[in-house]
Amino acid sequence: MAPTIDIEARFLDYVTAENKVEAKDWMPEGYRKTLVRQISQHAHSEIVGMLPEANWITRAPSLRSKLILLAKVQDEAGHGLYLYSAAETLGTSRDEMIADLHSGKAKYSSIFNYPTLSWADMGAIGWLVDGAAIQNQVMLCRASYGPYSRAMVRICKEESFHQRQGYEIMLHLAKGSQEQKDMAQDALNRWWWPSLMMFGPSDDNSPNSAQSMAWRIKRKSNDELRQEFVDKTVPQAKFLGLSIPDADLRWNEALGQHDFGSIDWNEFFAVVAGNGPCNSERIEARRKAHAEGAWVREAASAYAAKQSGRRSHDSTTKPQAA
Amino acid sequence: MKWDTCDPSEQYLLHLGDDALVLGHRLSEWCGHGPILEEDIALSNLALDLVGLARQYYQLAAKRIGAGTTEDQLAYWRGERDFKNHVLVEQPNGDFADTMARQFLFDAFHLLQLEAIEQSNDAELAAIARKALKETTYHAQHSAEWIVRMGDGTDESHRRISSALLRIWPFTGEFFLPAEVDRLAAARGLGPDVQSLREPWLELVREVIAKAQLSLPVMPQKLLRGKSGIHSESLGFLLAEMQSLPRAYPDAQW
Repeated sequence: MAPTIDIEARFLDYVTAENKVEAKDWMPEGYRKTLVRQISQHAHSEIVGMLPEANWITRAPSLRSKLILLAKVQDEAGHGLYLYSAAETLGTSRDEMIADLHSGKAKYSSIFNYPTLSWADMGAIGWLVDGAAIQNQVMLCRASYGPYSRAMVRICKEESFHQRQGYEIMLHLAKGSQEQKDMAQDALNRWWWPSLMMFGPSDDNSPNSAQSMAWRIKRKSNDELRQEFVDKTVPQAKFLGLSIPDADLRWNEALGQHDFGSIDWNEFFAVVAGNGPCNSERIEARRKAHAEGAWVREAASAYAAKQSGRRSHDSTTKPQAA
Repeated sequence: MKWDTCDPSEQYLLHLGDDALVLGHRLSEWCGHGPILEEDIALSNLALDLVGLARQYYQLAAKRIGAGTTEDQLAYWRGERDFKNHVLVEQPNGDFADTMARQFLFDAFHLLQLEAIEQSNDAELAAIARKALKETTYHAQHSAEWIVRMGDGTDESHRRISSALLRIWPFTGEFFLPAEVDRLAAARGLGPDVQSLREPWLELVREVIAKAQLSLPVMPQKLLRGKSGIHSESLGFLLAEMQSLPRAYPDAQW
C-alpha cells in the first residue's frame, strides 16, 4: 500500500522553505480563506481610506499641496485595484468583496472611522497612519502568497512617498505660526492612539496570528510591529517639537525600546463594532457612490457587449484579407 | 494687492489658468466617489493634469506680474469677479453624465484652443500649450468614449446623457463669443480668434454625437460673461471652499 502523503504537511514545508504559492497551486482552504479575508480587508481599507483625505482635497491650502494630496488619494484607489485583483486570483470576485463591504460583513481598518478636522490631519494621516501601514506592509512583501507579496512590493514603494508627504506637512506646520503648531499638536493628539490600534489586538488576544505566521503570511506579531512603530515614531515627533499624548511614554534602557501606556481596547472594539465617530458615514458614502454608479457600469457593459457582438458579426459577414 | 492687471498677456494667462484650475477643482470633487474604481482614478488624472496646467499658467503670469507675486496668490487671493474662466467649467458636477457632457464639450474646445496657442507668438505660452496638448488629446478621447458608451449603452444611460447634453449645451456659446481678453490676445497674436474655433469644434462634437446615436442639441445659448468676471452663482461657493485656509490664516506658509 502506498504511503499516504499529508498534503497539508507538504504545503507547510513548502511555505516554511520560503517558496511562493501561486494562484493555481493547491492550498489549504483555511489559507485561501484567510488570504481573501485579509487582502479584501486591505483593499477595502484603501478605498474607504480615500474618504477622510478626499475631504480636504478641495481645501488644500496651496496648488502644490492640492496636487500632492490628490495624487496620494489616487494612489490609494490604485492600491485598492491591485489588491482586489490579487484577491480575485483566489476565486472571489470584486463584486462579491464590495457587496461584503457594503453589507458590513467585511471589515476595513478602523482608523478611517475617525473624522479629518483640520489640514494638519492630512499630515498626521500620512505620517502616522501610513507609517503604521508601512510597518505592517513591509513584512507582507515577503508573504508566501505570490500575487499578494508582489502587490505589496508596489504598494510599499508608494506608501513611503505618502509617509514623507505627511511628514512634510507636519514639518511645515510645526515650523509655522503658533496657530499652525497648535493645529499639528491637536492632530497628533487625536491620531496617535488610533494609529497604535491599527496593529490590532495584543498578541494574547489575537487568535489568528499564530496560524498566519506558520503559513508565512505574517512574519511579526501585532505587538512586535506596534513596538517598532513606537520606537521609530518617537524621535520623529521630537524632531517636530510635538509631544506624544502619553504620560507613560519613556525610554527603557534595559530593553532598548520605549515603554508606552496601555491602549484603550474598549475604544478599539467599539469602533470595530461600528460605533466609531464616522463608521456609518464612511459606509454610506461608499454605498452611495456604488449605487449612483450602477447605471454607468451597466452602460459600459452593455456597450462592450454590443461592440463584441458587432465585431463577431463583422468577422462572419466581412472576412478580413489575411 | 491688485490682480486686475491690464497687460493682455497676463490677463490671457489668468483666463487660461482659471479655466484649468476651476475645472480641475470640480473634477477633484469626484475623488473617492466615482462610479467605478477605474473611473475614479481616471477622473483624478484629469484633475491632476488640469491643476498642473493651471500652475504653469499662473507661474508664468506671476513671473510677468512681478513684485513677488506667486501662483498661490493668484489662485487663493483673487475674488469671484477677478476669475476669468468660462461659466461652463464652474458648473457643479451633477451626475456622471453631467460631468462627462461638460468634459467632452470642453475637451473638444480645449484641444482646438491649445492647437492654436501652440502657434502663439509668445514662446513661453506656446511651450505650455504644446505640453498640454498631449494630455488634452487623451482627455478628449476619454470623454468622447464615454459619450459613446452612454449614448449607445442602455436606455437609462442614453436618457441621462441626452438630458445632460441639453443642460450643458447652452454654456458652450461663451467659448466662441469674444470677450475683451480674447480680443486683446488675438490682436497680439497670443491666441486664436475664438470665433474661428466654432466650426471645427462643431465638427468634432458632431462626429462623436453621431457615433453615440445622440442628437446635436438645437437650442439657444445663454448670455454669459465669465471671461469678463461675471459668473454663475456656483463659483462663489467653489472659491470660498478652495480659498478658505489661506484666507483664515493669512500669515501662514503651507
